[in-house]
Amino acid sequence: MQLEFSPAEIAFQKEVRTFIAENYPENLRSVQDEGHDLSKEDFLSWHRILAKKGWIAPAWPVEYGGTGWTATQRFIWSEELAAADCVGTMPFGLSMVGPVIYTFGTPEQKAKFLPGILSGDDWWCQGYSEPGAGSDLASLRTKAVRDGDHYVVNGQKTWTTMAQHADWGFFLVRTDSDAKAQEGISFLLIDMKTPGVTVRPIITLGGEHEVNEVWLEDVRVPVANRVYEENKGWTCAKFLLAHERTGIAAVARSKRGVEKIKAIARTEQDGDRPLIANPFFKRKISELEIDLTALEFTELRSLAGEAAGKGPGPESSLLKIKGSEIQQRITELALEAVGHYGAPYFRGFGEGDNEHPIGPDYAHRAAPTYFNTRKTTIYGGSNEIQRNIIAKMVLGI
Amino acid sequence: MDFSYTETQDMIRDTLSRFLADTYDFDSRSKMIASNGGRDTGIWKALAQDLGMLGASFSEEHGGLGGGYLENALVMEELGKVIAIEPYLQTVVIGGGALKAVGGAVADAVIPEIIGGNVVIAFAYAEPQGRYNLSNIRTTAKKDGAGYVLNGHKSVVYAAPWATHLLVTARTGGANTDVNGVSLFLIDANAKGIVRRDYPTVDGFQASEIYFENAAIPGDALLGGEGAGLPLIERIVDEATVAVCAESCGVTAKLHQGTLEYARQRNQFGQPISRFQVLQHRMVDMFMEVEQSKSMTTMATLKLDLPAAERMAAVSACKAKVSRAAKFVGQSAIQTHGGIGITQELAIGHFFKRATMIENQFGSADHHYERFERLTLAD
Repeated sequence: MQLEFSPAEIAFQKEVRTFIAENYPENLRSVQDEGHDLSKEDFLSWHRILAKKGWIAPAWPVEYGGTGWTATQRFIWSEELAAADCVGTMPFGLSMVGPVIYTFGTPEQKAKFLPGILSGDDWWCQGYSEPGAGSDLASLRTKAVRDGDHYVVNGQKTWTTMAQHADWGFFLVRTDSDAKAQEGISFLLIDMKTPGVTVRPIITLGGEHEVNEVWLEDVRVPVANRVYEENKGWTCAKFLLAHERTGIAAVARSKRGVEKIKAIARTEQDGDRPLIANPFFKRKISELEIDLTALEFTELRSLAGEAAGKGPGPESSLLKIKGSEIQQRITELALEAVGHYGAPYFRGFGEGDNEHPIGPDYAHRAAPTYFNTRKTTIYGGSNEIQRNIIAKMVLGI
Repeated sequence: MDFSYTETQDMIRDTLSRFLADTYDFDSRSKMIASNGGRDTGIWKALAQDLGMLGASFSEEHGGLGGGYLENALVMEELGKVIAIEPYLQTVVIGGGALKAVGGAVADAVIPEIIGGNVVIAFAYAEPQGRYNLSNIRTTAKKDGAGYVLNGHKSVVYAAPWATHLLVTARTGGANTDVNGVSLFLIDANAKGIVRRDYPTVDGFQASEIYFENAAIPGDALLGGEGAGLPLIERIVDEATVAVCAESCGVTAKLHQGTLEYARQRNQFGQPISRFQVLQHRMVDMFMEVEQSKSMTTMATLKLDLPAAERMAAVSACKAKVSRAAKFVGQSAIQTHGGIGITQELAIGHFFKRATMIENQFGSADHHYERFERLTLAD
């Protein structure tokens, strides 16, 4: 056991740091610094650079386009991305449906869909939740009825993140209404341009258009777009959820978040001292930082287990619970730290608007980010559901 | 970066685990504590001579297995799983740690005796007024010819009634709490002028109040430089702190496991109480605290050789987290057991008692949050 990086790992760190410094798009940096919402093109500009370099899917097997990096190299990579404040890549293709397709898909499906996920040419969204099926996902009612070589799909999905940009969606649909809840579900890939698919925005508390409702009315989907067996889609869904949960710890990004709070707390005045000298605020930072270290080393231990041949299992629920709580505490502390200037509502610069927004730069998005981040303990299986999973799968109760 | 254990480390864990399963069941432990002397010295001999376990963290030149901090952590975790009352922490981790740090003739003489099971060392560092401040020392060591004369009062010296040697902190100069003027001595526990008041502790050990009344000790009892002992003392206390965190991982893992087993077989309202979601979620929270304790202990163990400021920050982060985990897991275990949890009959209550003492041993959570902040969160 040792913590130090080997000489080869240090060389790798230098290589990726240099690559990021030399290749991260300048205009994307300024969009981020000014606090704008990111457009589809903003996200894709960085995605395409990574795809060209061959570094877009480090966790994938090499035969499908992965990098073949060790767990430590992937750790270094995510640290460097976060340290340089790079925008994240969208997880729906790379971390969700991609692994499902290369694990459960046919050779035709792999050939058809994996290249578009890697290149960024296909933007994916996730059709899971429904108005009546949230934590109880298996109670979903969107129905697919077989009609020759097609399924005809009817129903409504919700909380569909970034569906407004999506070319494709992966959907859980009911193909057998008589079976037990989990046993009549299939996993379908749907072209979002198919007639009958309608996307309607949902605006969240920070004013963002991030999530949507997706309506499906007599949507015809080729049977060839079903992944894995009919009525066995729950197997894919569970696999995907476990994969989704590992990245969800977001350790590297949270470390960067803690650094930013420290910087704010050194700038903000609290009477005749900086806020960071206030013992109560200081204690909240130290508790946060120590909890984040515990999460980091729990993830590292779990990665070591994975490298030794154990796939991401139910214990990744722990990473989701603690990771999401920490993300929320970071946004809470940021909002608390900015004081009065948490209140002004800033939605980015208008067209031709040069006037500087109200308050210090670091305050502009404190409140919207706090509001938005309430989602982390709800999505991907709420933290209560994660505790149920650990109780059942790990503790056996 | 690498988080795997070597084959030797796996073997140490397995061997010790099997030995303790055979020798340290709850009834045997209770009998040891109730016996004259409060321990079974045969266990210590067996750990040394049959298993070679007391040498796990010492170099091969001294007759050990060539390990270090990781081996100490492994042993402490296993000892925690049976709430063993062996003086491993005091003798091997603290005494052995000090000797390894200073080296030389004294290390060459004493370490093989530790490995052989012939030595028990107790660490006399705390004082009634000192709380967790390692330089708050009123015990004095006055130069007297070639040797020193000790005077003062040391508090709650675990394992002192069993000890052949005492590792003592004392002032050779400077005023109370001065960084300079602190020295470390390894002395004969039966030297003239040492008065002991022995008593049992709530967690099953034996300890003493120790009064030095003009105790004359030889000059070669001094470990390290005279008056410059504080950095060494801080280092061995950090090593000891991580070792009790490792012990806590074992203690809390057993508290959690015992709670799960009990909840499965305890019926109320016509079903096992493990079916109640409110208890399931509490047991999941216990699981997460145990796992995070293991993560922090691994982190701190791997950072014990870093420069002092980084080492101290890592150790304090670890202890702050582990102390809180020990409290939460212990209290949750008792609450889930209900009334039977607060009786002497079940092992669970005894694990709770050790977990509770670990919380404050070498500094409470608050003490360590404060030290972490001092080191990392300057204005």
